[in-house]
Amino acid sequence: MDVMPKWAEVTLVPLISLVLAAALSAIVILAIGENPWAALKLMVSGALGSTYGWGYTIYYATNFIFTGLAVSIAFQARMFNIGGEGQALVGGLGVALVLLYLPFPHWSIALIASAAGAALFGAAWAFVPAILQAKRGSHIVITTIMFNFIAASLLNYMLVGPIKAPGQEPATSKFPETTRLPSFQDMFSTADTVLFRGTPANITFFVGILACFVLWLLIWRTRLGYELRAFGHSESAAKYAGISPTKIIVVSMLISGGLAGMMAINNVQGEAERLVLNAVEGAGFIGIAVALMGRSHPVGVFLAALLFGFLYQGGAELALWTGIPRELIVVIQALVILFTGALDNMVRMPLEKVFLSMRRPPKPDRKSTTARTAE
Amino acid sequence: MDLNTLIQMLDATVRLATPLLLACLAGLFSERAGIFDIGLEGKMLAAAFLSAAIASVTGQVYLGLLAGVGASLLLSAIHGVASITFRGNQLISGVAINFLAAGLTVVIAQSWFRQGGRTPQLSGDGRFETITLPFAETLSGVPVLGPIYAELISGHSILVYVAFLAVPLTWWLLFRTRFGLRLRAVGENPAAVDTAGVSVIGLRFAAVGICGILCGLAGAYLATGLQTSFTKDMTSGRGYIALAALIFAKWRPWYALYACLLFGFLQVIPLRPDLITNTLGLRLNGQLLEALPYILTVVILAGFVGKAIPPRAGGTPYVKER
Repeated sequence: MDVMPKWAEVTLVPLISLVLAAALSAIVILAIGENPWAALKLMVSGALGSTYGWGYTIYYATNFIFTGLAVSIAFQARMFNIGGEGQALVGGLGVALVLLYLPFPHWSIALIASAAGAALFGAAWAFVPAILQAKRGSHIVITTIMFNFIAASLLNYMLVGPIKAPGQEPATSKFPETTRLPSFQDMFSTADTVLFRGTPANITFFVGILACFVLWLLIWRTRLGYELRAFGHSESAAKYAGISPTKIIVVSMLISGGLAGMMAINNVQGEAERLVLNAVEGAGFIGIAVALMGRSHPVGVFLAALLFGFLYQGGAELALWTGIPRELIVVIQALVILFTGALDNMVRMPLEKVFLSMRRPPKPDRKSTTARTAE
Repeated sequence: MDLNTLIQMLDATVRLATPLLLACLAGLFSERAGIFDIGLEGKMLAAAFLSAAIASVTGQVYLGLLAGVGASLLLSAIHGVASITFRGNQLISGVAINFLAAGLTVVIAQSWFRQGGRTPQLSGDGRFETITLPFAETLSGVPVLGPIYAELISGHSILVYVAFLAVPLTWWLLFRTRFGLRLRAVGENPAAVDTAGVSVIGLRFAAVGICGILCGLAGAYLATGLQTSFTKDMTSGRGYIALAALIFAKWRPWYALYACLLFGFLQVIPLRPDLITNTLGLRLNGQLLEALPYILTVVILAGFVGKAIPPRAGGTPYVKER
């Protein structure tokens, strides 16, 4: 029985969780001797007060759209992919290999090719844990975490060895000029006013929006999406209906890994324009918070990604101007995961009580009495 | 490879296996009671930080240990409230705890010590001293057994012995006491325990509490026994490797000991690349060595576990029938 109306389910529960997380974060800021109100004002002005701030906020949000969608699609099939970090790292490798070793006449073709490379590499990195889960029953949470560590080592190896550019830094050489993606500055500035000056936000943001839409189609408008959701609701019922668990586990993880990998077109091709060490910077993990907050729905993920983009850019400003370290964002992320994911019922139960008490008593007709006795 | 090198490596294995073993037993209690715990990593990290911080402020390692266990217990309480009281998703709660610990330790360490998220170096009473067992000196002259006793068995800090003694203790507690029987039952069939009039919630909280204490010991050992300070993310996946060891051991204490020794040994190998070159005759690349424990963890989980059947009620919150 649905106690709460749908709008409350999708807005109130995440919002109250967010308020709780924010309140606890404020206490942490107080405890380390800083002023939470001033911190919030700094975050807002730093992340949203100018097109410069927005440029970074949108750039980070783009990363989180991809990793959030990656975690969401796995959640739909009740798989928990903690390996977004590693998949995005390896996706970066795919982007770098495509852009370094293939010639491209125009950025649009380069974008399609690099997106394919990123998705392919990310999916490949998710494939091994998926097939091990499906065939050998190895716990996917543990194997994907192990693959994060292995991916970090692999990238270390590649960047000090085979694909390292001459020089001191462990990084590849810069990608060719023709593969440079149009930034927001290029797209929205006019001759007199320069908007988004020097910010990394780029066309990948729109690819992210497209990915949200495609994923929505996939989950709710295709046969595969139906099978995926059916499997997520009840594995035994899905099996009985002739849905192959192996197929669902592997396919959902491949899509998930591919999406996480595609984050690399934003940070590797769009921003750095070369592959550097630790390019993902925890965005893969933030995807978990984004997916939980967004209720594993593409629209929710998009909004939650914007929120975390704001938090991330705001957090960077805090680290720059105050004594609050950047790791505060990890704390906020943890609290969001805790409240929206694990303590969901703590938020939900009192809300359900409120809605129950607000409900008008049902008319004593036959239908409702039979429903009562059936309960 | 001569006897001395072998003993050195095994000695290092024992030291590196200790935090794994404590965390693995911690997970054993929790999962046997039906509560999955991915948060071992976070609890160890929090304990490592607070034990090192308090030990460096007070100069007393035992106060540090106490504080570390306290920090770990606090996170356990969060996990308990989330997964037992509010019947939340245990995996997600564990992940949240890991991030909470990873973030908070650095934020607090930075504002407390201003050393870039680490704690000051410990010395003297601030860290666990190694214990020389009786007759270690006199017996070290005896061939083969002498060095084994003097180097391998003697000369560790107290927490190492605590960890190894915890194995038989865990076995006894789980398989020879009433509490243990109930604890295992609550992980297999909580409804039966409930019907017998024993509190499912109480038992599960007890298990999660024991888990917190053991994780606290593991973390404190990391920062004040194995190392001499807390550094950012110093657990580096040990909590997850302990979970892998737990699955490999099929949730049994003695097997957990063997599994943790194996995983400890896997962590020693990267520290001695020269030995691999000498014995196997091939040079392994540094990054490959770095990744080796993680790769082998996956291989072991994939291939050698056989059919690992977790406690049947694991991961599902208990709902009394209405």
